[in-house]
Amino acid sequence: AAALGTTDEPTSAMSAGAPRSLASSGQKSIQDICHPLSAEESALNPGSAADTGLILPNGTPVDTSSLASSSSLLNRLQLDDDLDGETRDLFVTVEDPKKHVSTMETYITYRVCTKTTRTEFDLPEYSVRRRYQDFDWLRNKLEESQPTHLIPPLPEKFVMKGVVDRFSEEFVETRRKALDKFLKRVADHPVLSFNEHFNAFLSAKDLNKRQGLALLTKMGESVKYVTGGYKLRARPAEFAAMGDYLDLFTQKMGTIDRIAQRIIKEQSEFLMELREYGPVYSSWSSFEEDLHDPLEGVSGCMSNCSSALEELTEDMSEDFLPVLREYVLYIESMKNVLKKRDQVQAEYETKLEAVVFREDKKPPVPSDVEKCQDRVECFNADLKADWDRWENNKRQDFRQLLTGMADKNIQHYEKCLAAWESLVPLLQDKQEAEGETS
Amino acid sequence: KQDASPPPRVPCKPMPTKNNLLDSRQTKEKRSFCMVEKGTSLLKKMEISVAEAEKRTGKNAVNMQETYTVYLIETRPVDAASEGTNPVPDSLWRRYSEFELLRNYLLVTYPFLVVPPLPEKRAEFVWHKLSADNMDPDFVERRRVGLENFLLRVASHPDLSSDKIFYSFLTEENGWKETVFETGFQAKADSRLKALNATFRVKNPDKRFAEMKHYGDELQSVISQLLRVRARAADRLYGVYKVHGNYGRVFSEWSAIEKEMGDGLQSAGHHMDAYAASVDDILEEEEHYADQLKEYLFYADALRAVCRKHELTQYELEMAAQDLTSKKQQREELATGTIRTFSLKGVTSKLFGQETPEQREAKLKMLETQIEEGEELVKERNAECEEFVKSAWVDIERFKEQKDHDLREALISYAIMQISMCKKGIQVWNNAKECFSKM
Repeated sequence: AAALGTTDEPTSAMSAGAPRSLASSGQKSIQDICHPLSAEESALNPGSAADTGLILPNGTPVDTSSLASSSSLLNRLQLDDDLDGETRDLFVTVEDPKKHVSTMETYITYRVCTKTTRTEFDLPEYSVRRRYQDFDWLRNKLEESQPTHLIPPLPEKFVMKGVVDRFSEEFVETRRKALDKFLKRVADHPVLSFNEHFNAFLSAKDLNKRQGLALLTKMGESVKYVTGGYKLRARPAEFAAMGDYLDLFTQKMGTIDRIAQRIIKEQSEFLMELREYGPVYSSWSSFEEDLHDPLEGVSGCMSNCSSALEELTEDMSEDFLPVLREYVLYIESMKNVLKKRDQVQAEYETKLEAVVFREDKKPPVPSDVEKCQDRVECFNADLKADWDRWENNKRQDFRQLLTGMADKNIQHYEKCLAAWESLVPLLQDKQEAEGETS
Repeated sequence: KQDASPPPRVPCKPMPTKNNLLDSRQTKEKRSFCMVEKGTSLLKKMEISVAEAEKRTGKNAVNMQETYTVYLIETRPVDAASEGTNPVPDSLWRRYSEFELLRNYLLVTYPFLVVPPLPEKRAEFVWHKLSADNMDPDFVERRRVGLENFLLRVASHPDLSSDKIFYSFLTEENGWKETVFETGFQAKADSRLKALNATFRVKNPDKRFAEMKHYGDELQSVISQLLRVRARAADRLYGVYKVHGNYGRVFSEWSAIEKEMGDGLQSAGHHMDAYAASVDDILEEEEHYADQLKEYLFYADALRAVCRKHELTQYELEMAAQDLTSKKQQREELATGTIRTFSLKGVTSKLFGQETPEQREAKLKMLETQIEEGEELVKERNAECEEFVKSAWVDIERFKEQKDHDLREALISYAIMQISMCKKGIQVWNNAKECFSKM
């Protein structure tokens, strides 16, 4: 009998290490499981990109019949961030933000450029204009149609009016970078990049029409994974660890968000006082003779420091906080994927139990239970691969974010340093001149 | 009286220069902040310092127990120090109220001089961390430095340095108070206070003094403003730095649930802690700058007092002159029998009849005496006025130069302090950046 429930797997192995047995499949190793994209599986996933057969990113077809090639396929698929130019066959960029003003609304569009050799695309190059709404549509579609995968995050949809200027250069640039990262991560994903909605997003002249069509034909797909009402006995240790980690991680993100906000607040209040310094020194200089220039110099320095601090607080508000918040939102969607996985496993276990208890039934197991088992195994495989990918991306993202924070602070101090350093010789020169004449 | 050219200036204590301010953390070391003229005869003879502070308890004037602080004044002959023998200095203990007494004596005795101010009686312009309590060790320490500075200022003043009471303040522990009171300055002190607070209109003040008084007012106002802004800014800056310490804690907690990222986060957290801690030194340095500003805030008051005294002497001269003129007129009227000016006497004599020739003679004689005395008085007061204007203006010019020099120095060291703060900030964030990049 296949093992039900959890195995005693160590929870620490989240990284892309040696493949290990799936909890629910007993002795089967991941190498023995056909990847959902393989030709044999195409019957189970109607309408997915696998219809046309599996192709590696470098264009060679995959032979899934042998164990070796399965594992090598998996290995390659896990290396998406390290893919060099040779193996990539799909390049996407988001550039050239432009403001559109109409009577109803004002919004920004971005140019999305695609270069590809994939045969799924009719042309080798595309250039379309998309707005945030369209990216949001794409992400929703990907979540619906690829429920076993972790879909990369988008920058926050809503921004507080009055706090952030939605049309300022800085805000638009920050958003453009985030949207660019989003598309690149989808493009680098071995499964998501073949998604037809993604294709439509990149290539369709008029996305709105496609949105309607897509909605009609893809309704059935998402239903498949909406299994309701089955209770999972226990989440396998591996996935339980993921869930725990996400909870703790969310906590830490929340704390960091609060700290960052507090710092911005304190800095803004300090800035208010700093702004008063300059004028006081200036008014002092107005009734001094010898001290006029030094005091004016100090006043100027204070103004420079004020501007530098203003830039720092703005940058932190516009670049730092939004990224933190995106991650918190993203984690919510990841937790949902985990829950869906639990549901799929629960359905399988329940159905299996029902079969086992009927003594007159002997293996082979009925086909619908088999299908459930496959579904579980695919989900687990997808999720684990995507989890590793997520860990990597997370590391990159936070390295970039925190290094950026350090850079902004360094730049702030460098600006102030330059201001004060240029003042000192000015003050001391006068002094030496005084000394000579006295 | 002083020479026309100011004597060469030599720093009497090692002053933090551009180079060593960045290296040395002389937070607890004695630092006076004036460039002192070694030219006075007093400083040629002796070195003066306020070396220590101690708490004492005792019975006060109303026989109640009180705790107070005393300061150790050390004096040492200059020759001995340079010979390298380094003998034990002479020393005595004084409390703040005795310094006040000394200063009041000097104010009364030398009204034409800009008398150096004492450090503040109570902590003003404080930001939240700094205690407003007079017994707080930081406040006592800053007061010690301020008192030393006061003594050095007086000792380096061409006129004040030769004052006997000042000398005995430095050298005679017992009986000094009695000596001061024996001078009878107290009586003059009361009338001086009255005069300074009185309102009167001067017809012809010396323009320069009027301008100086106005300058003193403006200086007081602007420095007060500056100190208030500084106190609020210090409070805010403290908050900014300290909150970064929270990053240290959260990075540490976060690193516990990470694998590859853990080390980088943990070490970056330590740098955030260091950043948060660095604000204490920064604000202590700034306190020093604030003290330098405060000295000139109080100096502005002393300057205004001198200008006010000029007004008073001028006013008294004008009053005497006015009185003389009116007496002379009365004499004229009496002599010629004509009444030019309206006077009650004139009216009553018209109403009730003229006086007898004998009465007139007596009156005339009295007036003559009064006029003689009046002329003497005017001469006296005129001389006083001229003397005052001359001496006061010399000292005001001396003060102007000192102020320009000291405040420029203060601005330079403030700039240097800011530079040091920026460099430290860059270093910490670079360290953190390195840790982040290793994540």
